[in-house]
Amino acid sequence: MKQDIADLISTHPLLAGLSVDLIGEVAGCAVNRVWHAGELLITEGEAADTLYLVRRGVVAIEVNAPASGPIVIETVGPGGVVGWSWMFPPYRWHFDARAAGAVGAIAIDAACLRDKADADPELGHRLTFRVAGVLLERLQMTRVRLLDLYGSSRAR
Amino acid sequence: MDPALYRVVANRRETSDVSSLTLAPLKAEMAVAPPRHGQFNMLTAFGVGEAAISVSRSSRLSGRDSGQGLHTAGAGSIVHTIRDVGAVTHALCVASAGSLVGVRGPFGQGWGAEDGDWLAEGDVVVVAGGIGLAPLRSVVDDLAGRSTDASGRLRGRLFVIAGAREQAQVIFADDLARWAALGAIVSVTVDVSTPGWTGHVGLVTAQIAPAGIDPGGARALVCGPEIMMRFTAAALEKLGMDPSRIFVSLERNMQCGLGWCGHCQLGPLILCRDGPIVAYGGAVTHLMRERER
Repeated sequence: MKQDIADLISTHPLLAGLSVDLIGEVAGCAVNRVWHAGELLITEGEAADTLYLVRRGVVAIEVNAPASGPIVIETVGPGGVVGWSWMFPPYRWHFDARAAGAVGAIAIDAACLRDKADADPELGHRLTFRVAGVLLERLQMTRVRLLDLYGSSRAR
Repeated sequence: MDPALYRVVANRRETSDVSSLTLAPLKAEMAVAPPRHGQFNMLTAFGVGEAAISVSRSSRLSGRDSGQGLHTAGAGSIVHTIRDVGAVTHALCVASAGSLVGVRGPFGQGWGAEDGDWLAEGDVVVVAGGIGLAPLRSVVDDLAGRSTDASGRLRGRLFVIAGAREQAQVIFADDLARWAALGAIVSVTVDVSTPGWTGHVGLVTAQIAPAGIDPGGARALVCGPEIMMRFTAAALEKLGMDPSRIFVSLERNMQCGLGWCGHCQLGPLILCRDGPIVAYGGAVTHLMRERER
């Protein structure tokens, strides 16, 4: 079973290319899960205890507004990653994450992953750089979205 | 070069600030030459001024398309899709059926889709931001019209990735649905979600990596705000695409349309003549960072 998980992890863009040993370490913390449309993967304010590697379907990152209900901030598709708040204290989710349709993702236990990354510097180093790469990409996309490119003819 | 007189046959409101004008020549002998995909015309709003506007469909371009949902009006008719951003474009956007506008053109270099069977050569990736879908609509229609099998499904993989500020600003929703029904891989994403929107939220670039594009032999056509095109081209390059097979549509201050006045000069390029469609990569990568004059 763990070998199956390892195979799935090794094909996800976040961890593809890592050695078999490192993938095996991560696989020891991981399970394969599915969600139906509308189900929450993450709830704002709850313990941030999982890293999700999306394999199929779309996850909507939401924030709940009292006046209008959930507002989707971003969607994450296959090959994407959901959940960063497990990396730093106080380990609490800042947003909701909801399955926009049927979603399949690898759920990696965050405490387990942190412990393994602490114990194995190579895993910790590689994981940190991979995660930082995705965060950089997200930050750049967010900056571009702040330009409101389609809203103003001057920005063209 | 005097403008030819065209009559507004229909004015279709696409979004709150975008309209599509269907124009037919007042007399057949007055008609401008048939445009190629991606070329533009200079439209005159009489008494107001002239502006460069993309051709989003024409009777010539639609001759080989799927034949559905067209808004053309006989031989020589042209559809221009216009965003209301100034005096001239406002006058055009509110032009009522029966009124007259002037047309000069067609000008510039197009996408080149008329030549060859693109879908047989590899994946075709169309990425549009906002009204950038306008000069790409006829290309998709053409590819869809020429590259279907006996069951009417596309032979080859055609990706259409469209971005807009919000759902209400998505243009050509009917066409996007029709292309998806033909087998195109259509992905629409918005910057800002609104109640009821169930599609993607985020930049068009976020749709590129998960799309499953095979970069070998792929060809990409990109049109939208220049910043969006730069990021899109970079994302396609990162995927492994050859930059010379990524085409972008550059717009500057088009005035004469003939390469004479130099208003649209961008480095060594006179965009009304050498563009608006140019291959990304090389000098163009740097030119796209130059401020418009």
